[in-house]
Amino acid sequence: MALSFRWCFLGCILMGLLACRESPWNNPYPPKDDTTNIYYSSFAERPKHLDPVSSYSEGEAIFTAQIYEPIAQYHFFDRPYRLVPLTAERLPDPFYLNTNGEVIGADSLDSEIAEVIYRINIKKGIQYQPHPSLAKSKDGRYVYHDLDVRDLDKVSVLSDFELSGTRELIADDYVYQIKRLMLPSKHSPIAGFMARYIKDFAPFGERLRAQNLLGQPVELGKISFQGAKVIDRYTYEVRLTRKYPQFIYWLAMSFFAPVPWEADAFYNQPGMKERNLSLDWYPVGTGPYMLTENNPNRRMVLERNPNFRGELFPEYSRALKETGNAKAGGIMPFIDKAYFSLEKESIPAWTKFIQGYYDSSGVVAESFDQTISFSAAGEPHLTDEMLKQEIDLLTSTKSSISYLGFNMVDPILGGDSERSRLLRRAISIAVDYEELISIFANGRGQAAQGPLPPGIFGYSPGEEGINHYVYDWIDGRPSRKPLTEAQDLLKQAGYQGGIDSTTGEPLTLFFDTVSSGPGSKARLNWYRKQFKKLGIELVVRATDYNRFQEKVRKGSAQIFSWGWNADYPDPENFLFLLYGANAKVVSQGENAVNYQNVEFDKLFLKIRSMPDSIDRKKLIAEMLEILRRDAPWVWGFHPTSYVLKHSWYGNADPNLMARNTLKYKTIDPYKRMQKRKSWNTPIVWPALLGIFFLIIMALPAWFVYHARDRSRAR
Amino acid sequence: MSSYLLRRVLYAFPILLGVNIITFFLFFVVNSPDDMARMHLGNKYVTVDAIEKWKSERGYDRPLFFNAEEEGRKKILNTIFYTKTVKLFVFDFGQSDSGRDIGYDVSERMWPSLMITLPILILGLFLTISLALAIAFFRATYLDTFAVVMCVCMMSISGLFYIIGGQYLFSKLLKIVPISGFDDGFLAIKFLLLPIIVGVVGGLGNGTRWYRTIFLEEINRDYVRTARSKGLSEKVVLYVHVLRNGMIPILTGVVALLPSLFLGSLITEAFFGIPGLGSYTIEAIQSQDFSIVRAMVFLGSALYILGLVLTDVSYTFVDPRISLS
Repeated sequence: MALSFRWCFLGCILMGLLACRESPWNNPYPPKDDTTNIYYSSFAERPKHLDPVSSYSEGEAIFTAQIYEPIAQYHFFDRPYRLVPLTAERLPDPFYLNTNGEVIGADSLDSEIAEVIYRINIKKGIQYQPHPSLAKSKDGRYVYHDLDVRDLDKVSVLSDFELSGTRELIADDYVYQIKRLMLPSKHSPIAGFMARYIKDFAPFGERLRAQNLLGQPVELGKISFQGAKVIDRYTYEVRLTRKYPQFIYWLAMSFFAPVPWEADAFYNQPGMKERNLSLDWYPVGTGPYMLTENNPNRRMVLERNPNFRGELFPEYSRALKETGNAKAGGIMPFIDKAYFSLEKESIPAWTKFIQGYYDSSGVVAESFDQTISFSAAGEPHLTDEMLKQEIDLLTSTKSSISYLGFNMVDPILGGDSERSRLLRRAISIAVDYEELISIFANGRGQAAQGPLPPGIFGYSPGEEGINHYVYDWIDGRPSRKPLTEAQDLLKQAGYQGGIDSTTGEPLTLFFDTVSSGPGSKARLNWYRKQFKKLGIELVVRATDYNRFQEKVRKGSAQIFSWGWNADYPDPENFLFLLYGANAKVVSQGENAVNYQNVEFDKLFLKIRSMPDSIDRKKLIAEMLEILRRDAPWVWGFHPTSYVLKHSWYGNADPNLMARNTLKYKTIDPYKRMQKRKSWNTPIVWPALLGIFFLIIMALPAWFVYHARDRSRAR
Repeated sequence: MSSYLLRRVLYAFPILLGVNIITFFLFFVVNSPDDMARMHLGNKYVTVDAIEKWKSERGYDRPLFFNAEEEGRKKILNTIFYTKTVKLFVFDFGQSDSGRDIGYDVSERMWPSLMITLPILILGLFLTISLALAIAFFRATYLDTFAVVMCVCMMSISGLFYIIGGQYLFSKLLKIVPISGFDDGFLAIKFLLLPIIVGVVGGLGNGTRWYRTIFLEEINRDYVRTARSKGLSEKVVLYVHVLRNGMIPILTGVVALLPSLFLGSLITEAFFGIPGLGSYTIEAIQSQDFSIVRAMVFLGSALYILGLVLTDVSYTFVDPRISLS
């Protein structure tokens, strides 16, 4: 008993000491960071690639976009989205050459244009982040470019290299990166695509591949090609084989960000790969942040790049008005560090956000009702619980679309016959996407009227932009046509009540999908019910991801669910999904439904190289009319992003095209610390009570044990 | 004993080879190299050419088991199976299909896993054995019945419930410990407390009931009656005599697990944000990274064989009548 008393006393002392701590007990971060200017967030899936050649997913762009700087970026505030210079002096205006090498006007016919040249001038004085690959000795030699495997014995992470250096950004770094896109070992996802546009790119890639197969070292700095070349220290040009106005958007992506040759020379040394030291894991850039810790299984840390030149916050006065904080204006970046922790499960991530340990969060399905309520008009509002914590809700419609595709080479649903067209239109009315958004997306979406999402040129809000084959405009809003109209269309198509009039057999259609867990069962049943409204039997053919992809590639999937995220804010990036030459079965392109329409294709070829104008909008409207009439997709919906943020987190306006938005954000660490303390006061008495009850419960057993022990033979 | 150990090590080779063949076969029945390439290259702008280049770069452009186009030994040597498998036997796991060094990743991730699984094992063993001995002491009383009922109830509750319930109670409601996360060195203690408690409590019902059964068998034996009649205290009778004689079945269950402690627990690590090995294999299967899958299956098999050998060796320590030859 005396021993137990001693332990209890020690336990109370420990509790007392812990209670004196400034920082809450459940704080997952070191107490010394409580008042530091750090942004805390999470990621659910570890990034696979941080090399700008390979990195393409949104999860990776969270990091790469803060580190690499292409020549342009999206304006933080302006809508529709527009590009502004980043490292370039100004946005390049392409000039056009004919077959004789003469400069011709931008309004020349596409057939007259033999070459398009983008000449880019970059700003002077931009410095790279400190990095060991750029470290030089006093005599100008690179310190770490001639390493032996034994030199890396004590190296496991990049910070184990004692020295680091920097240098100025030059035009050659951009050209070097363009060449890297064709490296056989890198497998850049856009290499094949860019080879259609950049001059001499495909043959250049073949030359690199041939060298690689012969086992010869590939020294990109010594190999040139016609598609990209350096003009002077701060000027380079890229040459295309045809007019492609959207190329400027690609130039604003990290694929075309600069990479110093020293990084490749450093990382390609023996022993580096075995220690996971590569550009894929430790990027080198000129951006406002650098990646100082890369443990994708736990945490990734971005820190302020001490060599960053600083950037003026756009529209200082607007920032001041929105945040009321004079610090919000001025020179970016405002945050010193950003900690991203891996959270595979939504419950711990959500709890940490509510406790104030993450500065922003999405809305998890499990807590949706606790977080959001909808007004009579369908507007989302935060619940009182959220408002009490001064949490804000930011919503924006994503530049993406989720749709139901009809395979246009299918004998029943596809083709150009009126019968199949009427059948598709009937299904488009019957599949109620407003209901799907309400049930399965918690209302987070906007039913699509065509392939273009809001914010993309060519999209028309209101009555002008509705799909009049599926909707009527009633009381100032689109209203889905009644089911009787769909049934009437079905009858006209010869499938009255779901019976094929030519064969007398019930119409059965097949929905091909990727098999997944019990969560998808409800949605698949919902789809069946939609088709059942027309008397059509929908058979779900669930399969694994690979087989599903194979079916779509071969054109053997009849109906399937698909989607697309915008690469850039231009209608061409959506309309090309229905361009005939891009059909999957023809060219393995992105036209997954294999839609073919001569009229549409002609218009597409016209508009794809036009600048935004009234004429372009008219032509796009014609294209949308063709698509709505032919209905190769059930147009689905555009997802809406819901982001919650705490009151101490400023300049968090959503910008769904720009990825490099960390530099605009602000944190008030003192306010955050106070809120965390008030929300996270530890409650100890229930645990002590529990321990007390356990001791009480064990006492009778203890007494019986002692009694029996005393009664043993001696 | 050394000849026994040598024999067991030699037995391991065909076992590991067989495991490799089965893993290889199962993996490539479901996933073709083309499928793997598509998974790694993503969904956008993927061309046939890009797929062929990816396969060629990683050696997946060869036939799986038999290369009819080659001559002589190269028919076997120039295949995916041979090139991907042979180095495993020297524990050279190579690079994953996404370019990371597998050996490095395993060595980094196994220690956080061990920081959870080892304390759970030790504390869990201590508690379950002590409780089981106490329950055996109180056999055929109300306490015994009550304890068995509690054990069955605790066994019936899913481990996931303990995790979510523990996080809800201690992190969200009482705000005593962080809900998830990890840190280095001693700072990791505050993150490990809750998963260890949850792990120990979760295994309490099952372990206690199992060991109770073992100890009940022993406690009715003549040697125990003799020990009591000699005047030995209950503590000595239970912990020295009964426990020692009950060690063989305990060791059978426990020692075999020891090497696989490095491999961690998928669900615990996912919920508590522990950067361990628990999810390494599952993630590799989901991303169709054959290099990691084959390395982890090989490592798991080798550790399992090691565990069984250690179990046999441990018998000789607790029971002097047993000798390995």
